[in-house]
Parts: sequence; C-alpha cells; structure tokens
Amino acid sequence: MSPVSVAHSGVVYDALKRTGIRLMSALPETWLVHLIRMADDDPEMTLVRLAKEEEGVGISAGAHLAGVKSAMLMQNHGFLASINGIVSCAQLYHIPLLMVISYRGEFGERDPWQTEGGGVTEDLLRALRIPFSYLDRPDHVAARVAKAQTLALSANKPVALLLCRDLMWEDA
Amino acid sequence: MTRLDALTAIYPQLEQQIVVTIMGAVAAELQSIGHRPNFFYLQHAMGLASSMGLGIALSKPERQVVVLDGDGSVLMNLGGLTTLARYRPRNLVHVVFDNESLLSVGGFPTATATGSDLAGVAAAAGVPRTATVGTLDAFRAAFDEALRAGDLTTLVAKVEAVGPSGYVTDLSLLENRFQFQRYLRS
Repeated sequence: MSPVSVAHSGVVYDALKRTGIRLMSALPETWLVHLIRMADDDPEMTLVRLAKEEEGVGISAGAHLAGVKSAMLMQNHGFLASINGIVSCAQLYHIPLLMVISYRGEFGERDPWQTEGGGVTEDLLRALRIPFSYLDRPDHVAARVAKAQTLALSANKPVALLLCRDLMWEDA
Repeated sequence: MTRLDALTAIYPQLEQQIVVTIMGAVAAELQSIGHRPNFFYLQHAMGLASSMGLGIALSKPERQVVVLDGDGSVLMNLGGLTTLARYRPRNLVHVVFDNESLLSVGGFPTATATGSDLAGVAAAAGVPRTATVGTLDAFRAAFDEALRAGDLTTLVAKVEAVGPSGYVTDLSLLENRFQFQRYLRS
C-alpha cells in the first residue's frame, strides 16, 4: 500500500472540479495515482492519458478555445518535458493553463533520481514567469486552486500548483 | 502534387470544418487561398497541432475537426498518434502533408525520406483508418471519404517539397487565436 494520501488527493480533486474543470490530461506518477483514478471514475470528467506530458499543453489549448476548462496533472519532470509547448503554444497564444505538478525532489525525497529535477523546478517556473503556489496543507487547497484558476483565466496564461510532500505523502 | 494544389482541392470542404494547421508553409498557403474564422494556425509548438485537434474534438464532439499536419511535426510527436488512437475521436481527420523534408528551415530531409512510413506508424499506433496518397485525385477522393467515414483517419499526402516565398502573413497570431475562440464558442 503506497502512503500517498487518498484523503488529500480527494481534497485536491474536489477543488479542481469545483473550479469547473471537466477535462484532465495526465501522465501517471506515484503521487498522482489517486487523482488519476478519481478522474477516471468520474463520469463528468474527461481523462486523457498521455504518452508525453507536452501533448497535454496542446489538448488543454484546444479545450480552452472550445470553451472547456481543463488541468494538466504531471510530475515536475513532466513539466520539464513540456516547456517548449508551454512557451510556444500556451504563452505565445495567451492560453490559460492550470498545471498541477507533483513536486518531487524537495526536502524528504528518498528517491535519488528525483533530486535533480526538484532542485530546478522553482527556478524554471520563475524564469518562465509562471505564477505558482504550493499545495502543502489540506486546509488551503480549495482556496489556492480556485485563485490559481482565476488568475489563469484573467491573465490568459499558464499557472502552476506544486503538490508538496507534506500534502501528498502520509508519512512525510 | 503540390501542397497548395492539395489545399485548394479540399478548400470548399474546409469551409464547414474546424481546421487546425501547423506553422510555416501550410499556414501561409491556406491563408493565401483565403483565411476564415474557423481556421487556426499553430505557428510554433511543432507537433502539438494534432494534440490541439484532439482537445477540440473531445470538447466539441458534435463538430468535425480537420488537422493539417506535416511530416516534420508528426515526427516530433509520434507518441501523440497513440493518444489520438486511444481516444479515437470519430470527428477528427488528420491530414499529414509529407514532403520528406523540413522545407522552411533549409529543406533538410526528414526520416520519411529514408523510408519511415507515417501512415504505417499511425496504423500501428491504432488509428483505425489510414492511407497514403500521391496524386491530387487520390487525395481529393481519400479526404472526401475520410469526412464521410465518421471515424478517426490519418491521411498522408505525399507532396512536392515546394512552398511559398515567405511565411509571415498579415494575420497576427493573437487576432487569429481570439477570432477562432469566438468562432468555436459561438
């Protein structure tokens, strides 16, 4: 049994859904398993399982232009793999893009292979001038998700929410 | 067959479709025939035109979507073919103009010049309808059939490696984007 928090995954999922999101693109990683399962089990949600995260930028752009609110679920390495699409599709064309990124490699990380990506995630978000916030406690998840979506839509630009270990991992 | 001739041949049908194109020659040539509010030109983000088409097709299942792609762009997002096949939007026709080169950046050959078969890749990825055509008549017939079939189709059109003299048009990227959004939401 993985110690990824089902309860907190549910808090994040419900918050996303309350902002009107009806399409999620995702590439699985350990911290996202419950979120992806919730999207898959929800008849009101269209879940698009990707081969590589950058596809999700195009899918979300198409959904937005067609009037459907969406979110991307990915690991921070997926964010790294998506950067060209974020810049040359979402930013170039002023597309709101809500990116929910599992923030692997921060304090407490046990997997050596996650540590390098964790170290560059925030610097890359700042370099790309992508507003971001942390989801690290269940009590502020709903407000931060709603505010992130509000800014993405008013500014027509990508925003990021970092899913943190303290929220997602039960023995953090 | 030139790409311009191919675009001209299907232009009357495109008037009724949601159209997403890649950058460069495809965008410039379609605009040279005549821009419409239902045409969107993804002027960068190579590979993502088919992903955008999927996002639109899933969001507007009652409408038909045509993606006008190219060999260089498809090669940058081969995995996207598996995603397309997985969700199998029956309202999406994926046309790939294959000139076997990266024409707008010096004409260097792509892997299709040495035998990589994009219709074969699409079929192996699970796209239910695929074809490769090399003449204008065959292209026109295959495109009409794809529109009628009501299923996900990847149609590879082998075209000459010739294009327009320039790629920048007087349609600004954001003007196109907001006009297209208004069209899709109206």
